[in-house]
This record gives sequence, structure tokens and C-alpha cells, in this order.
Amino acid sequence: MEGFGEVLKMYRKTEIINDSKAPPAEGFGEADMIINVGPQHPATHGVLHLVITLNGETIKNVEPHLGYIHRSIEKMCESLSYRQFIYVTSRMDYLSAHINNHACALCVEQGLQVEIPPRAQVIRVLMDELTRIASHELWLGAMAMDLGAFTPFFHAFRERESINDIMEETCGARLTMNYMVPGGVMHDLHPSFQQRVKDFMQLYKSKVHEYDEMLTGNIIFQNRMKNVGVLSAEDAISYGCTGPTARGSGVSCDVRKLYPYEIYNTLEFDEVLETGGDSFSRYMVRVREMQQSIRIIEQLIDNIPEGDFQTKTKAVLKLPKGEFYSRVETARGELGVYIVSEGATTPYRIKFRSPGFSNLSVLNHIAKGSKLGDLVAMMGTLDLVIPDIDR
Amino acid sequence: MWSFSNIANSIHEWLSNNFNPTWTIIIEMVIAGVAVISLFALLGLVLVIMERKVSAWMQIRLGPNRVGPKGMFQSLADTLKLLVKEGLTPGGADKFLFNLAPFIAMIVAMLLMAPIAFAKDFQLWDLNIGVLFVSAVSSIMVISILMAGWASNNKYSLMGAMRSGAQIVSYELSAGLSILAVVVMTGSLQVSEIIESQRNGWWIFKGHLPMLIAFVTFIIAVTAETNRAPFDLAEAESELTAGFHTEYSGMKFALFFLAEYVNVFIVCAIGATLFLGGWMPFHIGKWEGFNHVMDYIPSSIWFFGKTFFLIFLIMWFRWTFPRLRIDQLLNLEWKYLLPISMINLLIVTAMAILGWHF
Amino acid sequence: MFIKKYIQEIWGAVKSLLKGMRRTGYYFTHHKEIITQQYPDNRETLNLPERFKGEVVMPHDENNEHRCTGCQACELACPNGTIKVIFKNELNAEGKKKKAIDKLVYHLELCTMCNLCIEACPSDAIKMAQTFEHSVFDRNELTKILNNPGSKIMDGVE
Repeated sequence: MEGFGEVLKMYRKTEIINDSKAPPAEGFGEADMIINVGPQHPATHGVLHLVITLNGETIKNVEPHLGYIHRSIEKMCESLSYRQFIYVTSRMDYLSAHINNHACALCVEQGLQVEIPPRAQVIRVLMDELTRIASHELWLGAMAMDLGAFTPFFHAFRERESINDIMEETCGARLTMNYMVPGGVMHDLHPSFQQRVKDFMQLYKSKVHEYDEMLTGNIIFQNRMKNVGVLSAEDAISYGCTGPTARGSGVSCDVRKLYPYEIYNTLEFDEVLETGGDSFSRYMVRVREMQQSIRIIEQLIDNIPEGDFQTKTKAVLKLPKGEFYSRVETARGELGVYIVSEGATTPYRIKFRSPGFSNLSVLNHIAKGSKLGDLVAMMGTLDLVIPDIDR
Repeated sequence: MWSFSNIANSIHEWLSNNFNPTWTIIIEMVIAGVAVISLFALLGLVLVIMERKVSAWMQIRLGPNRVGPKGMFQSLADTLKLLVKEGLTPGGADKFLFNLAPFIAMIVAMLLMAPIAFAKDFQLWDLNIGVLFVSAVSSIMVISILMAGWASNNKYSLMGAMRSGAQIVSYELSAGLSILAVVVMTGSLQVSEIIESQRNGWWIFKGHLPMLIAFVTFIIAVTAETNRAPFDLAEAESELTAGFHTEYSGMKFALFFLAEYVNVFIVCAIGATLFLGGWMPFHIGKWEGFNHVMDYIPSSIWFFGKTFFLIFLIMWFRWTFPRLRIDQLLNLEWKYLLPISMINLLIVTAMAILGWHF
Repeated sequence: MFIKKYIQEIWGAVKSLLKGMRRTGYYFTHHKEIITQQYPDNRETLNLPERFKGEVVMPHDENNEHRCTGCQACELACPNGTIKVIFKNELNAEGKKKKAIDKLVYHLELCTMCNLCIEACPSDAIKMAQTFEHSVFDRNELTKILNNPGSKIMDGVE
């Protein structure tokens, strides 16, 4: 009857645990409570589920639960051809859909060993930077809304909409453009593209001071953001943070500078670095990054070379046997695309290294000990896009 | 002359001629009750549409523009929707308290209507401690919020209620102190006397800088007391979904909503009465002609004009500023507003003793 | 100088708040800046760019002729199985049997508007239309047959 004895021991154990005199489970005090933020909550911008242990207003632990919008994009890509799988990646980080497509196209081109015409390269970079501005504009508005300021959201959307209109005219869609194809871009630029981009830059420059008036300089906003959610440079590296989240902590990690792709090495722009590591630094990195994107667009918009916008590729693409990796800087950080090919028309395995996943992992670390209201600000400045995390 | 006080007097005379005194009082009470309730409904409708339009224009939107001319009947349609919606009571809630809370919020708002002078000689109850009555009764509001938060049996609601409790209790202090500044100047707690004392100039003008500081403190404090942004921590949709009224729906939610707007109206009316001279017209010293023109504008228009100006100011705050955090909110009160208004009260007292005002 | 710092702090805070209020006050008084588009009312003036990807259509000319040869390139290019080509055998002018499309079935409910089918089509038989109001009450209505009934392939298109 040895087995029975084991069960009896376990039974005794549970009794001890239920004893009120026993010390409570570690980390969970008597006055603590657990609240579920999400999967349907106004602050999570999607279906993120955070299980938060609170002591009054103070956060003791944050545990993200993922998978509510998992669509197995990686598995899906294995059954799609190299031309087809690119469009699926628009659905990962839908705010920088263009840059996701760019990463995939780069990876396929690397395998095919094709040269991209210079015109296509410039168009790709222009579109990337426009997407980056659009993404940061949306982030700005949404983050202001998290902090309770509703008005900047609509002001930011005014600029974002004008970018979307440009996208709609050239790519044919506003959000999931699917403009990148292996070997170049799908269509040539729309004839009025240059003029509209110039109009947009004029609009942006005439309105950019409004954000400073309404947010950056505002005393309430500064108090909410400064010294909140401090992430040190070491932690940013060890958690694998990339993009503005890491650059806010002073970690130089801009793929455009470190591993230049397309024509980025010929362009003049600064890698934006802030050393504070708090929410305000992350905010400032994104705001200044928008200006750098404007700077890149200014350099390119009048110097788009003539020529083809696409290299002719075969109707059915086949990558040689091997492994291919490409990385780009999306609006949220480094996106890596890893393709394992067996020489067939479809990839054997695809892995995406999405920036949102690593950036989310830091949330528990920086949120501990701060107030519930700060968590919202931190989530805002991490700029989480949930489909990017779940894929 | 056609005015509110004349109508009230003629009704009173007609009633006294036709009924005995007891019946007269009862009928007058019923009339006053109906008038207050209809004023409530009207205020709710007007303020909701006003808020929506103000926010829309600040956010470069059009705002409601489908129901009626320029969307003016939108809030009526909203009310209809809320009326026919199911009022859910959650299974785990304390049913009695849960259903009682919105009515307490409503009753508090109604009680606060009593000492407000809407026009010249037109006041429901000119009691001799009018201002004290207002600040005392408005503190009961916190009970309804705590009750709603506790009875909902929801952690978000509870946190919203606790935040609101801390907030209202602390901001009562500076609101009370800035009201006291006017009381010290006037030497009376009676609303009619406070208004009468501003015949030769509103307190905000003739009280110099200290009165201006008291006014600003008052506006900040009442914004916090009515739980409006940037102090809307009790609701804080991005943190607590909807705070203490997360679990409310249908008409019970509408009552909270209405009570919030009526409270905004009341505190602005008090602010207008204390600092901007209530129904007193705007006069400038010896400009006889100008003053004469100002006198022609009915007193009720003066009162509502000033009140709605203050309401607009509070709405302007809401649609501009981000929300404060709970510890910053309490810091603002205990480290800035309270010391400032205390020192301010001392200065005002000295001014009143030495007669340094006009 | 504690008092001076305290007052400076307050003054700076108030100034920053007033700056924000000036901005919203500007928009409150300047209604020309409003950017709202009143969508169902502006249908007549709503101009979608010619590249807008709304739905796949097959243009027919006045003789009810289309350009589709039934090569199935679009069917192969589609990532979602949105397009299905159904064939029939047709007698041509010389009395020979010839393969031609009977129906080109298009499932709008599966389509992601990626434009790959249009890129793949060698004879420009299909194109994207600029419609976007796709809501229907019955999902069967979303399964469309792109070629008109009784339509033929255009002469000269191989």
C-alpha cells in the first residue's frame, strides 16, 4: 500500500496549505489582489491579457498571457509560395506592414541572388519611412489617449490619414499594402506621388509644434512620463529589446545604421538615442525619429532615379537549398526573417523574430513597484502591437 | 416686468387666494419639485450635447450632426436609448446598495439646487447658511460613489471608488477654503447677501489678486470634486475601464451620468455666484450709459451666461489635459493647493479687516 | 530662495497648461480645420484612386466578350484559393473542340485584395474594381461568377 501512503502525504500537505496559520504563498500578500487587464480592455490596444497582482495601487507583478490572436502565420507561410507568403506578413505588425513585407522580400532576394534596380530601392526606402511616420503618429495619439488626453489622438490622425492617402494612391490600399514583391515593387510610383509627399511634409512641419504644446511641454504629461518605467541599458540588452524601446535606454541598435540594407548607407540621418531609459525617453526617441524620417524623405524625394521598378523574376520562384536571414528596422524594432529552404517552391520553415515580443517581455521588470496608472503609460511607450507578438 | 420672480409671486398670490395656507405650501412644493426635475432633465440634455460639440470642435471633428438640426437632438435620442436599455444587476452584487447608489447621487444633486439663486429674487430656499449647506451636502456625493464601487463586487469599481473617495475628501478642503475667502469678505453665508455684496463689483475684480487665486483654486478643486478630467481617476477609462460605474447599465448608468453633469452645473453656479456676482449684471464704475444697457439684460441670462462660461472652462480642461496619477493628484492638493489657499485665506482676512477692497 | 523656486515652479506649470489650452482653443474657434468626411453623404464626390484594390472584376466589351483564356495563372497565384476556374468544351469556328472557361468563380469573402492574381494574369483579363461597400446579408452573395452569362473570349486573345 505504498501508493496510498503517497496520496495520504499529499492530502496532509494540502491541509497544511489550507491552514490559515501557514504563511501565504510567496509574493502574494493578504492585502493583494489580482486583476485581469484585458483581453478586452481599453488600454491594451488589442487582445493582450495582463494578469496584474496589485497591492492597493502598487503593482507587484505583471504576467502577460499571449495567444489570443495567434494565427500561426509561420506555419501558414510554409504552405505558400515565395511570392505569396509576403502578403501574410502584413498582418503581423499591421502598422508597419510595409516594412514587414520589405524584410521578407529582402530575404527572398538574398536567396534568389537578384539585383534590385536603384529606382525600386529608393521607392522601398521612401515607403518604409512614410510607414514609420504613420506608425509613430498612431502611437503618439494612442499613447496620449492612454494617459487620458483625447484630443492629440485626432490631431495625430490628421497627419496619418494624409500618409494613408498617399499609400492608397500608389499601392492601392491604406493599411495592408502588399506593395513589395521579390525583385522590386508591384507598381511604379503614382505620377502625383512626389507632389503629395511634399504636401504632406509641409503639413507635418506646420503642425509638429502642436505636439510639443499639447504633450511634450505639458507639465502633467511630463510628470506622468518622467522617471516612470526606467529600463537600464543592460536590462534592455539582456531582454533583447530593440527599436525605440532600447534606444530610449541608450542602446545603439538601429539596423539601418548597423547593418544597412538597400540604400541606407548612402543617406544622411542620425540614430536617435536617449539615455534616460524612462517612458519620457522612449517618447522622445519616437518623436525625434519622425523628424529623422522626414529628413530621409527630403533627401530622396527629388532624387528618385529613373529606370525599372522591378527586376523580372521567374513566374515560379525557387530558393536554393540553404538558410537565409534578413533583418530590417520596423517602427517597433528589429524584425528578422529566417527562411530554411529545401529547394522547393515553398519554404521548409520560416521564423519571424518580431520586435514586439521581446519588448513586451520587459514589461514585468519595469512595471514592478509603480502605480497602476503608470503601467498604462509604460505599455503605451513600449508601443505594443498584439498581432506582432502573437503572430 | 416679465421675470422669474414676478411669475413666482403671481403664482403664490393666486394660490393663497384660492386655497388655505397648508394646501398652498403643498402645491408650491409640488411645483418646485417638478420644476427642479425638469431643470435636471433639461440640463442633462443641454450639457451632454454641449460637451460633445465642444470636444468635437477641439478635436477637429464635426460632432453629432444627424439627429435634428446640427445634431441638437442627439442627447434626446441617447436618453431614449438609455431608457429602453436593460438595467442589469450583476449576480454577485449587493443588490440593495447597487440599486440605491445612483439615486443617492441624484438626490444629492437635487438638494444642491435649493440655495442657488437662478435670477433676481428667484431662489428655492434662501437659508442663512447657504454656502455651508452646499459644501456640506456635496460631500455626500462621495458616499454614493463608494456605495456603487463597493456594491458592484468588481475590482475595477472598487478601485475607482477608493480613488474617488481619497480625491473628493482631500479636494473638499481647498474648495472650502476658497469659498471661505468670499465668506470672510462678505461676512455672511447667505447666498442672497453674497450676491448683494457684489452690487458695486464682482469679487473677482474688487478682491485683487488674492480673490483671483481663490477663484483659480476653487475651479481646480471643483473640477477634481466632480471627477472630471484631468482628475477623472475614478472613471479613468484607460486604467479602470469605467471605474465605479463599470457594472451599471441602462437608466441607472444614466442617473450617474446625469448627476455628474448636474454637479458640474451646480459647482459652476456656485462659482459664478461667489466670484462672478451671480445674477448681478456687469458694471464698470461710473460709465452710466454702459451700466444702464447692462441692466436691461435679464438677471437670469446673466446667471446662466456666467455659469455656462465656467462649464465651458471645465470642458476645455477636460479635452486638453492628460490625466494625473493618483499620487500626483494628492500631491497637487496637499503640497500646492492647500498651502496656497490657506495663506490666501489669511491675506483675504487681513484685507477684509483693513478694508483694502473696493 | 525656497519660496521663489516654489512660485517659479507653479508659474512654469501654469504656463505649460495654458499653452495646451491655447491650442485646443484655436481649434475650437477655427472650424475650417475640421477634417471629418461625411461618408454616406459624400458618395457622389468620393474619388477612390484608380489603383485602389476593392474587388476582382472581369471587364467585358460591348459584344459581351472577355479576355480570359482560362490559363489558371490567377488560380495558382492566389494565396487563399479565392479564384476557381471551371472549364467547358466549346466548338470553335472550324468545328474543333476547344477548352474555354465556363465560370470563373470568385470568393470575395476569402479575398485579401493582395493583387497577386492581377499581376499573374498574362492577358489582362481581370482587374481590380474601386468598390468597397461589400456588406451583404447573405454570405452566398459574396461568391461571384466573374464572367457574364453567355460571354465569349475575345478574338485574338491566346
